[in-house]
Amino acid sequence: MIHTPHIDWFSISTILVLLGGSFVALLSAVLVPAAWRRVVSSAVAAAAATGGIVTSVWLYVDSASGHSVIAGSFYRDRWTALAQVILCATTLATVLVGSEQIREHEAEFFALILASAAGMTFFVGAANLMTMFLSLEWFSIALYILCAIEYGREGSLEAGLKYLIVGSFGSAALLFGSALVYGATNRIGFAEIAQAVAAHGLSGDALLVLGLAMIIAGLAFKSSSAPFHMWTPDVYQGAPTTVTAFMSSATKVAAFALMLRVLRTAFPQETHLWSWAFAGIAVASLVIGNFAALVQRDVKRLLAYSSISHAGFILIGVSAGTALGGRAVMYYLIPYSAMAFGSFAVVAARERELGARVTLDNLAGFGWERPFLGVALWFFMFGFAGLPLGGGFVGKFYVFAAAYEHGWTWLVIVGVLATLVSLYYYLGVMRAIYMRPTAELAVTGGSPPRDALLHVAVGAALVVSVGSLFAVSPMITLARHAASALPF
Amino acid sequence: MTVSSLTSVLIWLPIAGAIAIWVLPLSRYATGSLAVLISLVEVGIWIEQAARFDFARSGLQFSEKTPWIKDLHVSYHVGEYGFSLWLVGLTVVAMTACIGYGFWVGRDRPRAYFGLMLLLTGATVGVFVAQDLLLFYAFFEAMLIPLYVLIGVWGGAGRLGATVKLLIYTMAGSLVMLAAIVVYGLKVGTFDLVSAPVSTSRWLFLGFMLAFAIKAPLFPFHGWLPDAYREAPPEVTAVLSGVIAKAGTYGMLRIALTQFPDSAGYYRTVILALGAAALVYGSLLAFRAPDFRGVVAYSSMAQSGLITIGLFSGTNLGYDGAVLQMVAHGLVSTSLFLIAGAVERRTTTGEFAFLGGMAKGRPALATLLMTVGIISLAVPGSAAFAGEFLILAGAYQLHWWWAVIGASGIVLAAMYMLRLISAVLHQARGPRVADEALDMRPGELALIVPLVAALLVLSAWPAGISHHSFAGDDATTAVTEQFR
Repeated sequence: MIHTPHIDWFSISTILVLLGGSFVALLSAVLVPAAWRRVVSSAVAAAAATGGIVTSVWLYVDSASGHSVIAGSFYRDRWTALAQVILCATTLATVLVGSEQIREHEAEFFALILASAAGMTFFVGAANLMTMFLSLEWFSIALYILCAIEYGREGSLEAGLKYLIVGSFGSAALLFGSALVYGATNRIGFAEIAQAVAAHGLSGDALLVLGLAMIIAGLAFKSSSAPFHMWTPDVYQGAPTTVTAFMSSATKVAAFALMLRVLRTAFPQETHLWSWAFAGIAVASLVIGNFAALVQRDVKRLLAYSSISHAGFILIGVSAGTALGGRAVMYYLIPYSAMAFGSFAVVAARERELGARVTLDNLAGFGWERPFLGVALWFFMFGFAGLPLGGGFVGKFYVFAAAYEHGWTWLVIVGVLATLVSLYYYLGVMRAIYMRPTAELAVTGGSPPRDALLHVAVGAALVVSVGSLFAVSPMITLARHAASALPF
Repeated sequence: MTVSSLTSVLIWLPIAGAIAIWVLPLSRYATGSLAVLISLVEVGIWIEQAARFDFARSGLQFSEKTPWIKDLHVSYHVGEYGFSLWLVGLTVVAMTACIGYGFWVGRDRPRAYFGLMLLLTGATVGVFVAQDLLLFYAFFEAMLIPLYVLIGVWGGAGRLGATVKLLIYTMAGSLVMLAAIVVYGLKVGTFDLVSAPVSTSRWLFLGFMLAFAIKAPLFPFHGWLPDAYREAPPEVTAVLSGVIAKAGTYGMLRIALTQFPDSAGYYRTVILALGAAALVYGSLLAFRAPDFRGVVAYSSMAQSGLITIGLFSGTNLGYDGAVLQMVAHGLVSTSLFLIAGAVERRTTTGEFAFLGGMAKGRPALATLLMTVGIISLAVPGSAAFAGEFLILAGAYQLHWWWAVIGASGIVLAAMYMLRLISAVLHQARGPRVADEALDMRPGELALIVPLVAALLVLSAWPAGISHHSFAGDDATTAVTEQFR
C-alpha cells in the first residue's frame, strides 16, 4: 500500500477554487449554447477569481505562522497568501476586460486564464524543486495557448510559438538547474537543500553553483529580465492585449515572489553570489529596457520594454536579499501589477476602437476623447516614471532604500539614471494622448464601443495604484508580515 | 478641526477641488467660478493663519505630523515658519490671480485646465510647508505633473520641445536629490527635517543643491528656462517664475543651508559665484532679449541669482533680504507676465520689433506696467529696493566685491527694464499695435491691481516681511539651530 501524506486541503483552496472554475468554464464551451457561452463562462470565471481572493485573504489571516504542508511540497504562509491575493485580483481584472474584448473561444479563454492563475498561485507557494517546475510548466503551457488563442491573427500565432520555444528553453534551464542542485545536495525541498549545504559544507560547490545559475536563468526568463528578455516585446505585442495585460502583471508577481522564496530558503549560503548575479541582471534590464523603449512607436512594445525595466527595479530589491528588500519587492508588486494591467487594458480599449495596432501616432487625442481612460493612463505613465502620482513612487523609494541599506549606493545611482531615461518615453505617451491634435488621425467613424467592465477594471487598477501612495503603512505591514515568512 | 490643520487644508483643499472639477460635469462658467472661489478661500485661510501666527516664537507653527511610511520613519509632517508663511502667501495670492486670468481669457477644455491649476496650487503649497524630506520631494515632483500638461496642452507652437526640456532638466536634478534623500534619511535614521541632525557630507549637499540650482535656476542650469517661459500660457509662466522658481531658493534655505552648514560653508564661494554669474549673465541676456517675455524670463534668472547671493552670504541681513526679495520678485514677475499676456492678446506678439507706442490712449496699461517696472528695477522706496539693499548689505558684510557685483546687477536691471517699458509703451507705434487694441479691461485690472497693491504695501512696509521671517528677527541663529 502506498503511504499518502496528510493533505491540508485548506492550504490549497485557492488553487482548487481556480481550477474548479477552469473546469466549469471549459465544460460550458461544450454544454452551454453559443448565445449564452460568453455570459456563463465569464460569470464562472469572475466567481472563481473572487472566490480565490476570498480564500487567499482567509489564508493570509489564518497563516500567521508559516509552515510547509503536504509532505513538504507547498508552503502555507503569508508570503504565498499575499502573492495569491495579488494574482487573483489580477485574474479578476483580466476576466472583466476579457469578457468584452475576447470575441471568439470565450469559454476556452476563461478556462485557460483560470488554469494559468491556478498554476501561478501554486507556483508562489512551491516548496520543492519538483512542485516549482511542475507549476511553472502548468501556468506556462496555459499562457502559450492564450498567446495564440486569436490564431486567425498573424501576430497572435507567432507570439504563441515564440513564447513556446523561448519559454521552453527557460523551463529547460530551470529543470536542468534543479537536477544539478539535486545532484549536489541529494534533496529537493528548499529548506532541506539549505540544511544539506550547511551540513556537508557544500557552499561554493561547482555543481550547486552551476545549478543555482541555471535556476536563476530560468526564473529570469519568466520574469522577462534582461538578458533573458528577447521574447518579451514580440510576445507582448502579438498576444491578445488582454492576455498581455495578464502576463505583464500576474506572471511578474509569480516569478518575483517565487524568486525571493527559493533564493532565501534554498540558497542562503550563496547570497553573495546571487546578490551580484541579480544586481547584474537588474542593471542589464534597466539599461536594455529603458534605452530600447525610447525608440518604440508601437505602444504595446513600448510597454513591454517598460516592463523589462521594471523587472530591473524589482530586481534591485531582490538583489539586496534583506528583509527590507523582501518587503520592497512585495510592496512594489502591488502598484506595479495594477499599473501594468491598467495600462494594457487602456491600450486594449483603443485597439478595439481603432481595429488596428495602437501606435504613438494613432493614440493622438485619445485623452480628450475618452477622458476617464486618458486620465487613468496619465496616472499609470507618471506612476511608472516614479512621479508621486501613485505607489510606483514609494516602490522605487523602497527598492532604493533596500539597495542603500545593502551598501550598494551605486545601484541606487543606476536606478536613478534609469528613471531619468524612462521619463522620456513615458512622457511620449502623454504627449500622444493629450498634446497632439486629434486631426492627424483618420477616424474610422462610429462611436467608441462601450467598455463598461473594462472601465471598472481600469478604475480598480487606478484605485490600487493611487491608494498605495496614501496607504503605504498598511500595505507595508502586509508586506512585512508576508516577508517574515521567508528566512531573512 | 484645530488651527494646526489649517496647513493641511491649504494643501488638500485645492487638490480636492481639482478632483471635484474633474468629476462634476459643470459648465465652463461654473468650473472657472469654482476654481476662483477655491483659490479665494485659500487666500482667506492664509490670512487667518497670518493673523494667528506668532512671529516672536521660534520653531514650527500650525504643524501636523502623522506617520506615512512607518518602518522607514517617513511621516506626513507639515508646518510653517515665518518665511514659509510668506511664501505660502505668495503662492495662494499669485495662483488666485493666475487662475482668474485663465478664467478671464477663457481657456479651452476648462475642466482639465482649472483642475490642473488647482492641483498645482496644492502641490506648491505642499513644497513650502513639508517638513519631511520624502514628503518635500513628493510635492516638489508633484508640481511638475500639472505644469507639464499645462504647458504641453495650452502652450504656444514650440510647446512640446519646451515641456521635454523642462521635465528632463528638472527631473535630472530631482532624481539626484531623491538619491541624496534616500542616503541621508537612512544614514541618520529619520526623514524628518525638524529632528534630523546636521550632516557633513559634501556629496549629499551637492545632490540637494543641484536640484535647487536647476529649479531656481542658477547659471549654468538655466537651459530649460527660455523655452518654457516663452511657450507656456502667460499665466502659467507667471506661476512658474513667480512662485515655482522660488521652491528652488526656498529649498536652499530650508534644506541645503540648514542641514548641511559645513558643506554650505565649504562651497560658499562657488555658489556665490554661480549666483553672481546668474545675476550678471541673466541681466545681460534680459537686456538683449527681443521680446517681452524673454526680458522678464531672464530677469527672473538674475533675481534668483541675487536671492542666492543673499542666502549664501550667511548674514542676518542677507537672509532677511532674500526672503523679502523672494516675495517681492514673485509678485513683480507674476504681474509682469500677466501684463505680457495682456499685451500679447492685443497684438498677437511679444516681439519688441512689432510693439511700441502702446501708452497712447491706454492709460491703465501704461500705469500698471510703469508701476511694476519701476518697482522691479529697485527704485529707492520700492519693495524690491528694500530686498536688494538688504541682500547687498548682507553680501557686503561677507566681502565688498560681492556687493559690487550685486550692485552692477541693479544697474543692469534698470537698463533692461527701462528698455522693456520704452519698447512697449513709448517710441513709435509698432506695426502690430492697432488703434482698436483696447486698454486694460476691468477684469484684467481686477487681477493685476491687487498684486500691484500688495507690492505697494510691501514697498511702504518691507519690515512686514523682513522683520517677520525668522524667530526673534535673528536669521543666522535660526538657521544654525535648524529652526528648532
